[in-house]
Amino acid sequence: MIDRSHIGREFGVHTAEIEKGRLRFFAKATGETDPIYFDEDAAKAAGLPTLPAPPTFLFSMDMEVPDPFEILSIMDVDLGKILHGSQEFKYFRDVYAGDSISFKSKVTDIFEKKGGALEFIVKRTSATNQDGDLVAEMTRTIVVRNG
Amino acid sequence: MSNVTYASVKVGDIIPALTKSEITRTTLGLFAGASGDHNPIHIDIDFAKKAGMEDVFAHGMLSMAYLAQLVTRWAPQPALRSYAVRFSAITHLKDRITCSGEIIEKFEENGESRVRVMLQAVNQDGDVRLTGDAVVALP
Repeated sequence: MIDRSHIGREFGVHTAEIEKGRLRFFAKATGETDPIYFDEDAAKAAGLPTLPAPPTFLFSMDMEVPDPFEILSIMDVDLGKILHGSQEFKYFRDVYAGDSISFKSKVTDIFEKKGGALEFIVKRTSATNQDGDLVAEMTRTIVVRNG
Repeated sequence: MSNVTYASVKVGDIIPALTKSEITRTTLGLFAGASGDHNPIHIDIDFAKKAGMEDVFAHGMLSMAYLAQLVTRWAPQPALRSYAVRFSAITHLKDRITCSGEIIEKFEENGESRVRVMLQAVNQDGDVRLTGDAVVALP
């Protein structure tokens, strides 16, 4: 069982650059056909300053740390036992190639269901751009399959 | 894209569906690299079996990215205010995901006209993989 004292634990701030090449790779990997996500001219023709980060891209940028699964290791949870339970994004500002986004995360809840057969870790992350503006908030629920 | 206005839509309207290509091992390898989620459970069958799974399976965030494409085809991304999903079942290899959405609410918030779109991703057999919703501001 996961130690509930981890609730409230905060992680250090880290910063990731939004890179055009990575955006194009993400578009390819997700079978994106809308050219505004991989062709800068198309993005500009659509009235955007450059390539936009697609709606779920900040989740990926939040993993740009030496150990993206640190939250599991500190809780002694096996990487092979987790599933993604749910994911929420709230958007406050657009994010484009060239932006530099800082992420700050906190464990907001840990709870169990089915008599402990499943445990849930809730992590909330705020994303702030290079101007200090909050661009998004993400809430991730990790499911741990015990037994 | 983007001709949609608040006045032109009503609760119950369906937004155009989107069907993606079959998910293969290559899909998962590419998405692992592009997404930065290198959890071997999605790309290494030996690891997946050791963890008690029959095979590797798709990243939930791959399907969530697919479902997001449904929304951004219908309304421009800068109009997106929130997006949330629940991963109700694992998305497997050979799944062919179809994304669909229905407007379930029209409301005013923060001085904007907004709609809530109920979202769903199902496989080729109609088995639900993700459910969720998005809030979009419309002119």
